Amino acid sequence: MANRIDETFSQLRAAGRKAFMPFVTAGDPSLAVTEALIRDLAKRGATHVELGLPYSDPVADGPTIQASFNRALAAGTKLDDIFAMVKHLRRDCHIPISAMGSYTLVARRGVARFLDEAKAAGIDGLIIPDLPLEEVEAMAPEAAARGLDQIMLVAPTTPPERAARIAARATGFIYYICVSGITGERTALPTDVGEHVAALRQSARVPVCVGFGISRPEHVRAVAAVADGVIVGSAIVRRVEEMAGRPAAEVVEHVGRYVEELVAALPR
Amino acid sequence: MLSQVPDNRGRFGPYGGQYVPETLMYAIRQLAAAYEKAKADPKFHEELDYYYRNYVGRPSPLYFARRATESWGGAKIYLKREDLNHTGAHKINNTLGQALLCLRMGKRRLIAETGAGQHGVATATAAALLGLECDVYMGAEDIRRQELNVFRMQAMGSRVVSVSSGQKTLKDATNEAFRDWMGSAETTHYCIGSTVGPEPFPKMVRDFQSIIGREVREQIRAAEGRWPDVIAACVGGGSNAAGIFYPFIDEADVALVGVEAGGLGLASGKHSATLGAGKPGVLHGMMTYVLQDAEGQTAAVHSVSAGLDYPGVGPEHAYWKDTGRVRYAMATDEEALAMFYELSRLEGIIPALESAHALVEAKKLAPQLGRDKIIVVNLSGRGDKDCVEVARLTGGAAK
Repeated sequence: MANRIDETFSQLRAAGRKAFMPFVTAGDPSLAVTEALIRDLAKRGATHVELGLPYSDPVADGPTIQASFNRALAAGTKLDDIFAMVKHLRRDCHIPISAMGSYTLVARRGVARFLDEAKAAGIDGLIIPDLPLEEVEAMAPEAAARGLDQIMLVAPTTPPERAARIAARATGFIYYICVSGITGERTALPTDVGEHVAALRQSARVPVCVGFGISRPEHVRAVAAVADGVIVGSAIVRRVEEMAGRPAAEVVEHVGRYVEELVAALPR
Repeated sequence: MLSQVPDNRGRFGPYGGQYVPETLMYAIRQLAAAYEKAKADPKFHEELDYYYRNYVGRPSPLYFARRATESWGGAKIYLKREDLNHTGAHKINNTLGQALLCLRMGKRRLIAETGAGQHGVATATAAALLGLECDVYMGAEDIRRQELNVFRMQAMGSRVVSVSSGQKTLKDATNEAFRDWMGSAETTHYCIGSTVGPEPFPKMVRDFQSIIGREVREQIRAAEGRWPDVIAACVGGGSNAAGIFYPFIDEADVALVGVEAGGLGLASGKHSATLGAGKPGVLHGMMTYVLQDAEGQTAAVHSVSAGLDYPGVGPEHAYWKDTGRVRYAMATDEEALAMFYELSRLEGIIPALESAHALVEAKKLAPQLGRDKIIVVNLSGRGDKDCVEVARLTGGAAK
């Protein structure tokens, strides 16, 4: 069942272009700003969005995203309001959205209800970083039944045979984590990204996107040369944080300019 | 048989599992394989047993508490003296096992989370003993409450990393330890301190701690010629309780009672009674009972005892609760503080605040059971670490 994620990748592939996927935390500093940001990022050349569902104890995330989750939670952000925001956004914005959140949030609501509500809101895929291959069957068939993609992650520490099994299971795209460790900006990326991505592409039925540590145009250039898409998280979240207390339009402009710089580094 | 868990997917009934980022799966699988290999290797057990006997001072005595028995007016009270272990608590049983595994995996660095500091001290001790590097994550609030243990860890050459996120207690220290491990797993073993986390940790920590219950089996046979009627232990993450319960799980006539931290009482919302007031959910890599809000956000927890101040609990305890094999009770801060002094004055044993929770339940049960019955309480740690905080809370110890 092709959804917005798959359709956008097909279009990009046909045009010989790469995906650019910014990460934004839902509700930091408010859901109104998050909605405005997504709408603006789509206009500035983002092809997909990763929407972070704030959680109190994200073990895969570094200080920048943790702090942003805490701000969103302190602002009273609730899952129902996040889904309502996406639904509102969908009146005029059709960029593919993958929700990223801990399985804790899914388990609390119940897998079926969570997926029904995500689907009804207009979410296209799910990135559940604490649901590895060993546990994913609790969710993946239910997601597939609703036409939602279950995006699987592969790490540099994943052995090749296991990476192949994950790649075969993933729908939507594969999220290759290019550095061992938590989310956060890095000055330099590892040199083995191309090698890992090439190996993944051998067994993958879906595109391979790369994230973690990416913050500079030269990173974007290097990753886009080897992968189908580039994911940028902490560097964007930090720019939202820098504009704390400022009017929404200024936040959007500040983040938007940065994203334009990164998008400009993609091959045309 | 209730003892035949977890299954090969790390499940205790519906609980347990491996809810961790892919980045950690390599280290977790490596650990599971190393543990299975070690478990089947007599040399590993010989080595661990050597340290238990010559370094920890095992077996720890099972002591008949005559004055407590008389005072509480009922069942005979026996204390399993884990407080007499080197470092003053049961935690060393586990850290020595994991430190030996760390060496077997060719890793040279240990990391740990700690609440009261007892697991941190036990990890720092094992690291010093075996020449390993060691970093211990500890909440800033716990660092304040447990100054002595911070000094002990540092004196043994470990680094204590202050954690200022969240509530600045055990849960937050655990998050940081996981985050460290995300980037360091190739050289570092995460020496988790309780029967919590992803498979194989809950099973492995239970196995290392089961030395407690195995010794009790022999000791109570020698002393009384029969099994005890009740075994009581405090439950935070649940390792000392799992250690004394597990060897008795299939002995249906031995009642098992876990005692959680009731804090200021359930109605106050300020407690850590995960099994008493929580619901099934996911935390720190495991499906178990958790204290969280309707959205799944972890709830704030409270206990006077830093070692029980945790919003989750070992998945095997969740399983034992649901199957009815173990009854879970609670003791409040006030009751635990009173018991801290009561046992000190009755027996000349200053108990850890954690262990005082278990003693509170024993005192309640003793008169109900009657004089021909036997209660074994796991005295999981000594109270030296709590003296400064108890003095602060109670205005000194003078009568």
